Amino acid sequence: MKKKNPYQSLSLLLALLLIAGCLRGRQPGQEGAGEKKVIQNSGSDTMVNLAQAWAEEYVRINPSVSVEVSGGGSGTGIASLINGTADIANCSREMTPAERERARENTGRDPVEHLVGYDALAIFVNLKNPLHEITLEQLAEIYGENGRSVRWSDLGVKPPDEERDEIIIVSRQSNSGTYEYFREAVLGKTRDFRLGTIDMHGSKDVVELVARTPGAIGYSGMGYATDRVRMLSIARSAGETAYAPTVQNTQKGSYPVARPLFMYTLGEPEGEIKAYLDWIDSPVGQDMVVRSGYVSLSRLGSAAPAETQEQRP
Amino acid sequence: MTSSRRHLEPLKEWLIERFIWLCGVSAIFFVFAIFVFVFREGAEYFFNGFKAGEFFSSIEWYPTSRTHVRYGALALITGTFSVSFLSMFIAVPFGLGAAVFISEFCPPRLKEGLKIVIELLAAIPSVVWGFIGLTIMNSLIVQLFNAPLGLNMLNGAIILALMSVPIIVSIGEDALKAVPDSYREAALALGCTRWQMVFRVLLPAARNGLLAAVLLGIGRAVGETMAVLMATGHSIRIPRGVLEPVRTLTATIAAELGEAPVHSEHYQVLFIIGILLFTITFVINITADLIVRGIGKK
Repeated sequence: MKKKNPYQSLSLLLALLLIAGCLRGRQPGQEGAGEKKVIQNSGSDTMVNLAQAWAEEYVRINPSVSVEVSGGGSGTGIASLINGTADIANCSREMTPAERERARENTGRDPVEHLVGYDALAIFVNLKNPLHEITLEQLAEIYGENGRSVRWSDLGVKPPDEERDEIIIVSRQSNSGTYEYFREAVLGKTRDFRLGTIDMHGSKDVVELVARTPGAIGYSGMGYATDRVRMLSIARSAGETAYAPTVQNTQKGSYPVARPLFMYTLGEPEGEIKAYLDWIDSPVGQDMVVRSGYVSLSRLGSAAPAETQEQRP
Repeated sequence: MTSSRRHLEPLKEWLIERFIWLCGVSAIFFVFAIFVFVFREGAEYFFNGFKAGEFFSSIEWYPTSRTHVRYGALALITGTFSVSFLSMFIAVPFGLGAAVFISEFCPPRLKEGLKIVIELLAAIPSVVWGFIGLTIMNSLIVQLFNAPLGLNMLNGAIILALMSVPIIVSIGEDALKAVPDSYREAALALGCTRWQMVFRVLLPAARNGLLAAVLLGIGRAVGETMAVLMATGHSIRIPRGVLEPVRTLTATIAAELGEAPVHSEHYQVLFIIGILLFTITFVINITADLIVRGIGKK
């Protein structure tokens, strides 16, 4: 009745092979020869460059494992960990009790915290800005609700943009861990941000905007520094020493706006995930922390300053 | 075999009819389902604790404050309207002008090329537009207008205008094409110049279609999210000029919904913003419909 299409059987075979391939690839526990174990790693945008660097380096050392990294924010990473789409959540803040509770309720397992490095938030200004140091109080007056400083002359600084004295305050969108951390570290537990800040979507965007805008001030991870912006030294209060955002100052705890970086797993990590986290903890992994512009765990001692910090006086 | 096919014919016919009916009705179903979903997500807080006065009259938007949570959306509403209107101010003359040119003055060969390019313009993803706003437009506006900051209302409006021009052009051109050639011939026979023909005859005759084109453009501008999120500066304030940054309703939802715990107050308020957006587009569409009908009756 119908002529059999010679390609039909071939394409059917191909389709079957394809389906079989998909099915095999999706089996999670299989780690046989030639099988790639995929570790899903998602979360903090601050950590996404670092996580990507780790993932790329680790594949070279251990080709049987591939680590897929995605950003989206610390909260997004934790949400993915809880709903099972991520094996490791990157988090630039501690998990909140509510998040721990949700993880327990939804998965029956406790999230486990792994300290992997530190992030010092740098305060960036345009190169035209004469300012080199700032105190936490001054920052709070710039960023905080009802803050007194809206003009550069309020800080006793010559306006970097000859025609305008207004401080262009660059902040982050409220879904970022960096935003929350800055609020906590600079504005304290109760104070809110001022309205009318320019809220950027990503860490890099903040630095980029400050580089383009003479009258701007912004905060972002130290790793995002470029030579088109200047990082300010920060003093806890007027009259105290201002500390530059350097590795040593962060490890010593003297730089005031620094925080730990975490990776979370559900339950104690096992197998490939444990091996990966152990590798991150090793000197090689920690070296990558430094090279990405962050601060390595202090017990490793003398970490060389990252490239990005060498421009600092 | 032929006889069995003949038996199957009514069944086939019936199936196709049902399928097409389903396609038609599904649109109504989806609109209602979305409305019900959006309303349900926001309803609990809407009827219980929602302060409409604060929402519409205060600019203090502090959804994640630890001490004093406030949901004043006035600045966001102003932001959405100011960006949309400014973008229409740019897009409508451009879009309608382009539609008139393509339909009346353009040599046929150029016309085909232009239409393809304009369709391409409509196919550019909004995040790409946003990126253009963030980088190219940002420095252009700083240089041209000596603005302190390139991410502002004007930037967002230009990007939105570029996005809605293709819609206005293609629908506007269809409306002009629908005017019978006898109108053109009559006008020219009476001694009109081509411009007089366009302004006195074609534009009034195609009024309904052109209005629809503009309103669909506004709809696109009000609802657009990603591009305005990236280009407007995302800053909560009542703008005092076109060079001030603003923040829109849609951008707020996009930026905050991901991090708002499900069914929390913040989450529900974002859905109330969704209801507000729904209402705005609904009112625009109904108004358009009424105007078009009113003109039609005359």
